[in-house]
Amino acid sequence: MMLKKTILGAVAFLAVTLSGGAVQAAGEYTETYQQDWSFSGVFGTYDENQLRRGFQVYREVCSSCHGLDFIAFRNLSDAGGPHYSEDQVRALAAEYTIADETADGGEREGIPADRWPEPFPSDQIARDANGGALPPDLSLIAKARGISQPFPWWVFNYFTAYQEAGADYVYNLLTRYEEAPEGFEVPPGQYYNEYYSGHLIAMAPPLSDGIVSYDDETTPETVDQYSRDLAAFFQWTADPHMVSRKTMGFRVIIFLIGFAVLMYIVKRRIWRDAH
Amino acid sequence: MANHAGNYTPGSGFERWLDDRLPIVRFSKEHLMDFPTPKNLNYWWTFGGILAFMLVVQIVTGIILVMHYTPHVDLAFASVEHIRRDVNYGRIIQGTHAVGASMFFAAIYVHIFRGMYYGSYKAPREIIWMLGVVLFILVMATAFMGYVLPWGQMSLWGATVITGIFSAVPLVGEAIQTMLLGGFSVANPTLNRFFSLHYLLPFIVAAVVVLHIWALHVPGNNNPTGVEVKESRDTLPFHPYYTMKDLFAIIVFLIPFAWFVFFAPDILGHADNYIPANPQVTPSHIVPEWYLLPFYTMLRAIDFNVLFIDSKLGGVIVMAGSLLILFALPWLDTSKVRAGTFRPLFKPFYWLFVVNFIALAYLGAQPAEGIYTVLGKITTAYYFAYFLIILPLLGRIEKPAPLPVSISESVLGKAKG
Repeated sequence: MMLKKTILGAVAFLAVTLSGGAVQAAGEYTETYQQDWSFSGVFGTYDENQLRRGFQVYREVCSSCHGLDFIAFRNLSDAGGPHYSEDQVRALAAEYTIADETADGGEREGIPADRWPEPFPSDQIARDANGGALPPDLSLIAKARGISQPFPWWVFNYFTAYQEAGADYVYNLLTRYEEAPEGFEVPPGQYYNEYYSGHLIAMAPPLSDGIVSYDDETTPETVDQYSRDLAAFFQWTADPHMVSRKTMGFRVIIFLIGFAVLMYIVKRRIWRDAH
Repeated sequence: MANHAGNYTPGSGFERWLDDRLPIVRFSKEHLMDFPTPKNLNYWWTFGGILAFMLVVQIVTGIILVMHYTPHVDLAFASVEHIRRDVNYGRIIQGTHAVGASMFFAAIYVHIFRGMYYGSYKAPREIIWMLGVVLFILVMATAFMGYVLPWGQMSLWGATVITGIFSAVPLVGEAIQTMLLGGFSVANPTLNRFFSLHYLLPFIVAAVVVLHIWALHVPGNNNPTGVEVKESRDTLPFHPYYTMKDLFAIIVFLIPFAWFVFFAPDILGHADNYIPANPQVTPSHIVPEWYLLPFYTMLRAIDFNVLFIDSKLGGVIVMAGSLLILFALPWLDTSKVRAGTFRPLFKPFYWLFVVNFIALAYLGAQPAEGIYTVLGKITTAYYFAYFLIILPLLGRIEKPAPLPVSISESVLGKAKG
């Protein structure tokens, strides 16, 4: 009896919680090709090599227009992330010149504590350089974008802890530049993207096969691979402590289950002669 | 009140001295330990304790967050990211607070629907119920203002839409809206006053919770049979029976809570709130948090003018009415029988009401077009019909099932059967 009620309670609770998932779907529906990510699910972790490749693509391609405000050089040496050595990070930071009012001449060499330098001195200059469109900062892009899924698929997200919508979005956006269909007017300075909402995007296709050469010989140098690596990298910049958070989550949930079992026994014991 | 009063005998000289001056130990013993509680409360009754716990969780995590948060339009978004990235355990504390709001509402809805099923609002418990409605509204206001603080796109535009509701009030509406915003649009003064109120309201909530429990401790708990306590063998002391049962329920409740905090902290929020607020760019689709959606649907359901009431004011009247009508529930339900268990006609209407409420929430997240507007009107109509037509009528025409003579009998009967 009690078990039944507990289950009913859980179902009712979930029904209420899940109705929030309806916060999806707006306008025209475009299918997202969801990918297998190393960081998906409760056991997922980042692939260090993939993050390093993604960082390389970001640095060589994206960083000329897009900032990474919330990432400091030091984050690149974090465990659970790209995990470069501290010396590598120090050397990398030193390659950049950082604007600093307190330094002689207003500039100095970068140190690991510095944030990733802005590509443009101001938003207005960024707009002027990009035909009026402001290239968004990418540190949180993987959390700031979602995908739409038809019912009932989004329901499962609550049980699989699906948090990779942003990575899926980035991958789909980067791989789905296409020729505009017949009769679709593409104004100058705009590009046709099958996935982008409204299909017109101000960003020229940033990637092409072979544009970045990876140190690792075995990884293909294709738009598909670059997009995948970038998406993984942006997932990390948006959620840099995911691995330690999940690790702690396991400890907490296992503890809670054990505690719940003990409390249940205590409760049974106390109630044994109550009736 | 408790006829168990007098169970407390001061043990030492100091306790006697204290008891004559501030009988706090006596009060605790009578109300926190010995308080006679019906012995047949099921697990739906544990959500009161869960809610008390959740209020504490939100206040404690909130106070810590304030130590690192900056309420300024240029800094708020970055300060929340700072908490998540650089503050020790900040991502857990922030995640707990944000997910906690959703868990709080999940528990509130279970608690309210439990009261509605078992007729806990009926005499002599009307005041408990009405204080509960006050709490519900206060918590909604608190949650709404809290959602503005991270200063993402949904924060700004949600605040714009919700405060816009007030401008529909005739004559004084614009003035009220300007006062709420501290200006003519959502900007830094808005963020500052919402921050201030978001810190204040939980303590008011805590005070009303004290009244809610005080009012509860006069007639005592309702119970799944709806039959009043008749004799002392119908009850058990609150401690240890219900303290331990509630604690068990709280621990179980923490498991899905932890699941979200650690494995899917963003799944209950909206992706747009990770874009810094920008007054120049309107999101394509402004959606409030899930727990406000049913009421948002009712706000949007009125898209037509009635006489001199335009659709905007009409929507506001309906939304405000959907909350205010709850205050009248004790008098709208004319049935003498409390528990839905013994009301054969009530049950299907009640469950339809639950499904209808979930549908209202679902529709709130959909664009206001096509079939959704029609469904929005139907579900809104049923919400009101349930209170204004169905409950008043059912009490007159329904023939309730026979009630158990007492709580003890119902418990023993179950044990035998």
